This record gives sequence, structure tokens and C-alpha cells, in this order.
Amino acid sequence: MAETAPLLRLENVQVYYDRSVLALRGLSIGVPEGAIVALLGANGAGKSTTLKATSGLLRSEKGEVTEGSIEFAGQRIDRKDASAIVRLGIFQVMEGRRVFPHLTVDENLVAGGHTVRDRGTLERRKQDVYRLFPRLKERQGGRAGYLSGGEQQMLAIGRALMVAPRLLLLDEPSLGLSPLLAAEILTRVSEIRRDSGTTVLLVEQNARAALSIADYGYVMENGRAILSGTSAELRGNPDVQRTYLGVGGEAVSGAGGRKTVGVLG
Amino acid sequence: MIVTRTGQFKKSYAADAAIQRTNLQRIAFWGFVVAMFVLVPRVLSTVWINNVNQVLIAVVGVTGLNILLGYTGQISIGHGAFAGVGAFTMAVLNNRWHVPMLVGLPIGAAMAALLGLAVGIPSLRVKGLYLAVATLASQEILSWFFEHMEWLTKQKTSSVDVRAAWLHIPGILNHKFKTDTDLFYLFGVIAVVTVLATENLMRSRIGRAFVAIRDREIAAEIAGVNAFSYKLLAFTISAFIAGIAGGMQALLFSRAQITPSQFDINLSINWLAMNIIGGLGSVPGAIYGATFLVLLPIELRNWITSFRGSYRWLADHYSQIQDVLFGLIIIGFLIFEPDGLNAIWLRIRRFFTHWPFAA
Amino acid sequence: MTAFWQDIISGVMIGSLYALIALGFVLIYKSSQVLNFAQGEVVMFGGFIAVALVASYSIALPIAFLLTLVCAGLIGLVIERGLLRPLIGKPLISIVMATIGLASVLRGLAPMLWGSSTKSFPDSFLNDNRPIDFLGVPVARISLWSFGFAVLFVVLFGLFFKFTRTGLAMQAVADDQQAAMSMGISVPRVFAWSWGIALVVAAIGGTILGNRQGVDISLATIGLKVFPVVILGGLDSITGAIVAGIAIGVIENLAGTYVDPHVGGGFKDVAPYVVMVIVLMIRPYGLFGSPEIERV
Repeated sequence: MAETAPLLRLENVQVYYDRSVLALRGLSIGVPEGAIVALLGANGAGKSTTLKATSGLLRSEKGEVTEGSIEFAGQRIDRKDASAIVRLGIFQVMEGRRVFPHLTVDENLVAGGHTVRDRGTLERRKQDVYRLFPRLKERQGGRAGYLSGGEQQMLAIGRALMVAPRLLLLDEPSLGLSPLLAAEILTRVSEIRRDSGTTVLLVEQNARAALSIADYGYVMENGRAILSGTSAELRGNPDVQRTYLGVGGEAVSGAGGRKTVGVLG
Repeated sequence: MIVTRTGQFKKSYAADAAIQRTNLQRIAFWGFVVAMFVLVPRVLSTVWINNVNQVLIAVVGVTGLNILLGYTGQISIGHGAFAGVGAFTMAVLNNRWHVPMLVGLPIGAAMAALLGLAVGIPSLRVKGLYLAVATLASQEILSWFFEHMEWLTKQKTSSVDVRAAWLHIPGILNHKFKTDTDLFYLFGVIAVVTVLATENLMRSRIGRAFVAIRDREIAAEIAGVNAFSYKLLAFTISAFIAGIAGGMQALLFSRAQITPSQFDINLSINWLAMNIIGGLGSVPGAIYGATFLVLLPIELRNWITSFRGSYRWLADHYSQIQDVLFGLIIIGFLIFEPDGLNAIWLRIRRFFTHWPFAA
Repeated sequence: MTAFWQDIISGVMIGSLYALIALGFVLIYKSSQVLNFAQGEVVMFGGFIAVALVASYSIALPIAFLLTLVCAGLIGLVIERGLLRPLIGKPLISIVMATIGLASVLRGLAPMLWGSSTKSFPDSFLNDNRPIDFLGVPVARISLWSFGFAVLFVVLFGLFFKFTRTGLAMQAVADDQQAAMSMGISVPRVFAWSWGIALVVAAIGGTILGNRQGVDISLATIGLKVFPVVILGGLDSITGAIVAGIAIGVIENLAGTYVDPHVGGGFKDVAPYVVMVIVLMIRPYGLFGSPEIERV
């Protein structure tokens, strides 16, 4: 891919859950700085696990990186805990939004900025988030639990922006959203990258939407990356088309169709 | 003779579900039972036979609790009260209406079962820790009732007289259970029957339903298990057995008295501790836990209260030391061996299953 | 009618003490989902420390008080680190038994350290025996102090949760532990804070209770009263703890006056549990609690 060292590099990463379930088997991916990289694949491929291994949340689910390494800006991070990793500039927006339902929108944002010491910076960033997502500003004092799905997703991303992350990990942002809303959210993500240079690693089952904003992508299956390329390359790949984009002569795959994707590299 | 558990080929469902899978296990179990009945009265002193009786009572009680807690996953902090219901029913029936003790025992247990059913009814609406708190309420309410039922017991204080049990079959048998040894035979039979019956129940359809509820209630419901009625069943059976243990406890005080404080929350907590330390969800576990937590304090007391000289202080403060040790042991097991003594035993047994071929 | 008002007023006073102790319980439950069965023993332990400092070491009461609070906070940290942290993620029964074990340890430790005889606080501004006239009803001075502390702590807690970073972090952890982790919030540290604060509050309760009735292990029995209070109020509600604490105190007194004569006495002790059962049947989450969401 890129010539310079990637901002995030996973090298031959192996992850076990509960010492018994193998989730990642020798995964190697690289995310260049400033790029939006999509991580595609069906349910159970290990995409969420990849994000959690990076952000340090794996431990809270009894998972551990048993082999390989995860490097961020040249530093090994696979042994660090979530708190330290956030301070390094990596922030994961979890699958299902996971806003704090009893706290207000405003309080949620402030919670997102927990690791930010300076009050002034906190306040400034909060206003930036409101500017980016005006709908949140309208619902500022309301409880986050009452927001719609789309608004909660905006809030979740807004929380991430409070730390001005170098690397933003997004886990299925379009989950449960209407196509229109999903497109809007992803457009915003694209804008965030454009305006702040934030690197984005985007996990999505909605391959088409993801590839529309991504520069590069990986296709995962069974815990490893089986395909990679620019988003144009991936979009043009017939296997990808058939399996993930629903295009092609055969019926869109259920569980059986996946077998046709070739194993590369 | 089949000795090891490896390399066995079961040819029927019955064989596969058997409680004792190898001849060695069968011999060991029944051999132990026979040896117990034969040796204990001959070899042990009266004091020790009394200790064994206490262990047997705890074994029955904890086995009952285990059905609800270990197998069905419902926390009950109120089993001491169920035991109390069994005990007081038996004693009062005997005092006021001359119902023979041994007839009153199952009646008392049935009373306890009824109350267990009542306490289980909230499980329709509340789950988990809320249900646990409900059982706490039932314990405290019943304890209060035991303290304030002179109108029922017709005694002057909250203590209730207990007379000795008789086994009277006209023309054949006329035996009064006076000594600890007498009680031992009775308790031994009750304990063996209870343990085998429980083990049997737990490997049946009912037992499987219990475990399904414990492990993932919603999935069990979807699979067709009516969680509410099985929970009620678990409460009822569990309380029944607790009631039997209560009756046994009362008999231990034959020609003396039982008091409400013997069946208060401390009993509930002791049984909980025994169940957990022994190993939840396994019948042998209940036995190990009961034995351990009944005998250890007795031995410890004997040892420490004999201290003199510079260690005299320990002897004087013995009951406080016991409290501290009790807590530390519980905490220790929870942190280091949460599956209890049973897990330790299984580890040892597993080691020898393949020995000496795979250490 | 005076008996009625007497019941109400003194019920409010004792109820505020229940509320104080329930506050600590709710704090721990809210942040770590732990039911602290040792709350009563902690109250007792706090009382022991306070009375030891004052009576044995003759430290002035205000300073002894502060020292007690510091000790309580430290003990809270030790408990969190040594007992709770190893048990994170274990099933409910393990956590429940762990606090029961802790209760046993404290109950044995206190008399070992300080003797089992009842100790009294020397006379001071806290327990001056001359009653004060409160709306026409004579009220013990110590009761007013407990009421005052309860009010003070409600306010302090409210401010703490609204305006401090740690307070917000605690609420976040209470809502969604894993999501809080993803913000960089240190969940163990939040637990430590909540235990520390809870024990501080318990120690205050112990000091007040000790002033009322002398310090010995019987102080721990108030721990059982906590359950009816938090069930009525809602296991995770600070407001609920206050309201329910006072309500239980009042109900107790009224039950004692109006029901006892009909049942031969003693109903006062069991009334809170009857209330608890009723609440569990009608509205398990209490007046202010939030329902649990069960995910399939």
C-alpha cells in the first residue's frame, strides 16, 4: 500500500476469547495516516475483534492478543489498557452506539472528553461537535436514551471527537439506520477526515456504503484478511461484488455464497 | 472389573446416565455407606457421633439449598427459616396434638415446602438479586414469627420443648431414639436417601430444566421450559428438604428445646457458605462443604481454646477469630477456587484418570 | 395526636440515619452492581474507630471525626482493590457471598481490636442529652445531627455528580461499564472512589449511631435495615435512598404505635420487611429505581 510506515499496523495478530475461541488467526493489516480504511466481511469474521484489540477493550470481554503485534505510530500497544490507548489518540466508537442513556447529550460529550485535562479545550471541542451535528445541539439537555438511532450515532461519534483522535475506530456506524441516515453519517465521517486529517478505520457490513467513502479496504473472513486493495479495486472485484455488493448473476449469498471468495495472499 | 473411567463404551441410555459409572465408584460409594453405619457407632466417641450428626443435618440442608441455588441458579438467603418451619411444626404438633415425631417430620417438611412455594411466587415478577432480597425478607419475617408465636406453641417463651422420637410398629418394634447413636442411624438413613434422591432428580428431565433455567433462562423458555413453574418446583423441593433438615436439627435437641435463633439468618448464611465452598451444582459438593464447615470450627475451637500462656489471648477471643476465619475462608475460595472443594477433587480425579499414561 | 406527630418527627430523624447508610449502599450498587451485605458491619467498624480515637486516645471529637473518615476511605480502597477487583465479572452469588464474608471478617475484627464491651462516646456537642424542641416535639440533639448530615450529604452528592469529572465518570460507569472504558475512564478507579465515599458515609453513620446507643457489634444490625430502604427507594437511586430511608423510619414508628398492640408487640421490627415484600410484588424497582434491561 502506502510507502511510508502506516499509522496503525497489525502484524500476524492472533486473538483468543476465554482462552478457547480463536477469533483472529494471523491478521495483518496496515492503516496509513490520513486515510479511511474499510474493514469488510460477514458476521463473525473478526472485524469487531480487530477494533477491540486495537483499542484495548478486548480485555473486558475476556479476550487477549496471544500472538503478533499491534503498533501505533511506531509504538507497541497490544499490551496497553484502554485508558492509555485513548490517551495515545485512538478512540473506538462501539457497535450499537452505546451512549449513556441516563446522561444528557451534553454530559455524554463531556464524558467523552474525560481524558482531556483542559476545560477550555473541552468546551471548544464540544462547540465544534455541535456545529458538526446541529441536531445534537437541539437536543442538548435531553437524555441520550431518548434520542433516535441516527442521533445516538452522531452523539457517539461526537464523543470521539472530544479527544481529537488521531485514529478513529468506527464499528458498524450504519447499523440499524435507514440508508439515507447511514449515508449522512458516513458523509460526516468523510468530512471529519477532510477537515482534521483524522485517520479512520471503518468496520462495516454495508460494503457499498463503506467503499463509497473509503480509500482502501480489507476483506476479512474467519479471522484473517483475505483480500485487500483500493476501494476502486475492491468494488471492481467480481468476488467482492457477488458476495458483499449483491451484484452478479447468482442470487445474493446466504451462508453458502461465501465459499466462492478466493483466498488470496 | 471396570475401574477407570476411560475407554468405556456405554450401550444404553440408562448406562450412560448412571450415577456411578464404574464398578469402582459403585463399590466405593456403597462401601463407604456400609462402613459408615458399621464403624461410626463402634469407633467414635459420643461427642464425635454428635459431631457426625451435625454434619448429616448440614448435608441434608445444603443438598436442599443446592437444588435451588446450585442447579436452578436462584439465590436464597432464607433457607434457615424453612428449616425452622420444619422443626417447629414437628415440635408443636407433638407438644399440642401428640403427633409422633417421626410422623411430624415429613409433615413439617411439607409445611416448609408450602412456604417455599409461597416464597417462590414472587419469582414470577422479580429475578436475580431482587429475588434474593425477597428471600431475605421471608427469612426475617419468619424469624420474627418464630419469636412471636407463643399463642401457637402455648409455651411461655419462644423456645419450644422437643421430646424424643419413637419408632413404634405394633408387635414388631418399639424403639425410642434417645442417644446420639440412635439418632445417627436415623440421620444416616435420611441423609443417604436424600442424597441419592437428589442425584436422581438432577439427572432427570426436571434436573435438566433446572440447569437450563440457571444457565440461560430466556433460551430455556424459548425451548419450551416453563421457567416459572420449574422455579416454583425448585423452591418447593428445596424447602421441603430444608424442612427435613430442620426436623433433624430439632431431634438433635430431643428432651431439650429449640429456639428461633437456631434458625435465623446465620443458619441461612452458613448453608450458603457450605454450598459455595463445597461446589455449587454438584451433590458431592454439598457433602464436602457441609463436612468441612461443620467439622472445621469444632476442631478449631478445641485446638485454640486449649491455648495457654502467651497464646491465651487467642483462646479468649476464639469466637471472633472464628468469624474472621469464616469470612477469610469464604473470600479465599471465591477468589482462588470459585468452583469449590468439588473442583479440587475433580482435578485430582482427572489426574488419575489417565495416570500413569498422561500426567 | 401528639403521639402521631411524635412518631412522624422521630421517624424522620431515625429515618435520616437509615438514609445516610443507604446512600453508601446505593453508591456502591450504582457504580459496581455489588450488593454490599457488609454495610452494617462497615457502619459498626466506623463507629469503633471513632470511639477508639475519642475515648482511648482522647482526641478532640472534630479531629477524631475527620480521622475516622480518612480511615474509612482508606479501608474502602483496600476492600475495592483486595476483594472486589479480583471478583469482577464473576456471578452475582459470588459477589454476594464475598460481601457476606467481609461482614464476618469485620464483625470478628472489631472486638478483637477494641474489645467487645459497649463503648460510649464522652459527652459532647453531638450527644448532649437535653432535648431540643422541634415543632413542639422533644427531639434528641443527636437526631438533629443525623438529619443535618443526611441533608448535607444529599446536597454534596448532587454537586459531586453534577459538577466533577469523577462524578460524571461514576455515572457513566453505572450506565455502561464498557462504553465508559472506551472513553478512557478507569473503571477500577471509579469503583475505588465509590467504595471510599460509601465507607466515609457509613463511618459518619456509625459515629452518629454510636453516639445514640453506644458502640458494640450490635451496631451492625442496622445493615439489614438497609435492604427495605433501598428496595423501597430503588437500588440505584440516591434520591430514593433519602426518601425511602425517612419513609421506613416513619413507618416503623407508626407500626410500633398502631399495630403492635394488636399483635402482641414487636411488629415494629418486622414492618420494614413487610413493606419490602409489598414493594417487590407491586413495583420491584421501587419508587425511583430504574428497571434493568435484559438483553436476549
